Amino acid sequence: MADVSKEELLHIAKLANLNIKDEELDNYLNNLRDILNFANVVNNVNTEGLEETIGENDRCNVFRKDEVKVFEDNKALLQNAKEQERNMFKIPKVIQ
Amino acid sequence: MDITNLTVHELQEKLANHELTSEEITKAYVDRIKEKEADVRAFVTTLCDEALEKSKEIDDKRKKGEMKSSLAGIPIGIKDNICTKGIRTTCSSKMLADFISPYNATVTEKLLLEDLIDLGKLNMDEFAMGASTEYSYFKKTSNPWNLKCVPGGSSGGSAAAVAAELVPWALGSDTGGSIRQPASFCGVVGLKPTYGLVSRYGLVAFASSLDQIGPITKDVTDAAILLNIIAGHDEKDTTSSDIPKKDYTKALKNDVKGLKIGIPKEYFGEGINEEVKQKLEEAIETYKKLGAEVEEFSLDIANYALATYYIIACAEASSNLGRFDGIRYGYRTENFTNLKELYRNSRSEGFGAEVKRRIILGTYVLSSGYYDAYYKKAQQVRTLVKKEFDKAFEKYDVLLTPTSPTVAFEMGTRAENPLEMYLADICTVSVNIAGLPGISIPCGVNSENMPIGMQLIGNKFEEEKILNAAYTFEQEFRFREKYKPGFEK
Repeated sequence: MADVSKEELLHIAKLANLNIKDEELDNYLNNLRDILNFANVVNNVNTEGLEETIGENDRCNVFRKDEVKVFEDNKALLQNAKEQERNMFKIPKVIQ
Repeated sequence: MDITNLTVHELQEKLANHELTSEEITKAYVDRIKEKEADVRAFVTTLCDEALEKSKEIDDKRKKGEMKSSLAGIPIGIKDNICTKGIRTTCSSKMLADFISPYNATVTEKLLLEDLIDLGKLNMDEFAMGASTEYSYFKKTSNPWNLKCVPGGSSGGSAAAVAAELVPWALGSDTGGSIRQPASFCGVVGLKPTYGLVSRYGLVAFASSLDQIGPITKDVTDAAILLNIIAGHDEKDTTSSDIPKKDYTKALKNDVKGLKIGIPKEYFGEGINEEVKQKLEEAIETYKKLGAEVEEFSLDIANYALATYYIIACAEASSNLGRFDGIRYGYRTENFTNLKELYRNSRSEGFGAEVKRRIILGTYVLSSGYYDAYYKKAQQVRTLVKKEFDKAFEKYDVLLTPTSPTVAFEMGTRAENPLEMYLADICTVSVNIAGLPGISIPCGVNSENMPIGMQLIGNKFEEEKILNAAYTFEQEFRFREKYKPGFEK
């Protein structure tokens, strides 16, 4: 039985940069507990001596030449930004 | 001539014989969309005017002998998580509701090289997370076989659009069954290629070690043709495989004599609907009659494969979706006083409940204290799943299972219960975990005229074997001639 506390859920949400409203808390908590209980079946499997599979093919360290390619369409890149100034993304003040 | 009923290879023939022009074909689809889209709601964005214009240009060029592809001027629909330059790519999320990609996905480039015409972007579960397309931010797509039912998901828009003949074929993406399960629910063909066969560059990432793009089509020949177009190495995707190009249509031999088909008996046990089981058993008899060697065996991975899948997929998603912060692109909250609040509020308002659920689960299984018990363990179980499949493919050419334990369910019956929704993927996820190719083809309907899908699984890069097995069944069974979606009545 995965027993996640409200505090733990709020901590996880904070790590994930998400807010959970008070009225949503129970629902998220129940869902998370249900899914973790289900996911727990992996702990019934004997995996002694088994390596972890990280990716789906055996290729690793795929190299290419480090060449500069200029993406010229600045306008296309910036068109999705909500705020921009002088060809730059604008964010709120970080240092007070 | 009923143009929208034709398969792509039939359209290709008629273009070559000058029986049809691209404009006639495109117009037929545009008319069909205008008539039926209100019922099906398969599209997030339609490109009817642009498509008609393009079709005229292509006809002109063809007259002058300037068209090199025999598929030039045939329309296609694209799932809305595949980037299309200058056209909205939303992932059916509020987060990307007005996102315009500055570049094309590699597969989009490949379609354009063939001069295929983009008819529009197709609806999906938000960020491809779901099995019913009900988690789309924009709209719920209906199943053309029964408008009250879901089309499956997450590529529900793609499958419904092909089934309703709103597009001749479409691209979907499959992370745990998102091509095959909606294909099964909508009575069409869906192919998830081997991991690495098709470039993922420009596919909005959900779970990078599981995602693949693939075709959703009316028949197996069309799936082979579309795979020919999209397969191939791409240096922009480091997980893309460098294997020689093949012509998959050459694999369609209409002959399964001596083909060794393994039937994993666990996929026919508890939880599989009786009518689904019955149609699958009939399909197995058909294969025997056609000369295949069929044998039952034990592949006892279904239950823990599903758990493994949700741990790994959510872990990867929580990392991949970390990039959505409201700065460079995507939804930005109006309600913030500092940068941290801007991030958190943008994400909380921009993502839907299911996406947040999965990010939270993913963050949990990756967090200190739980990493070993869930994530590391799941990755070890992933190795076990692969080993089990390796063993199976020492004996068999192809494995045969249901695509989904049930036919399409009614809208609203599972959306509130995530775990129940996850069970819709139980037959398909292990294929992604092991990186194998899988195809779903229709093998009958139930007593309420809802399609039932059969899944054929192959060893890595052995698409030819499953395509041929699927094609041979299709030629014998002739599903499209016998059954039609009920929504036009």
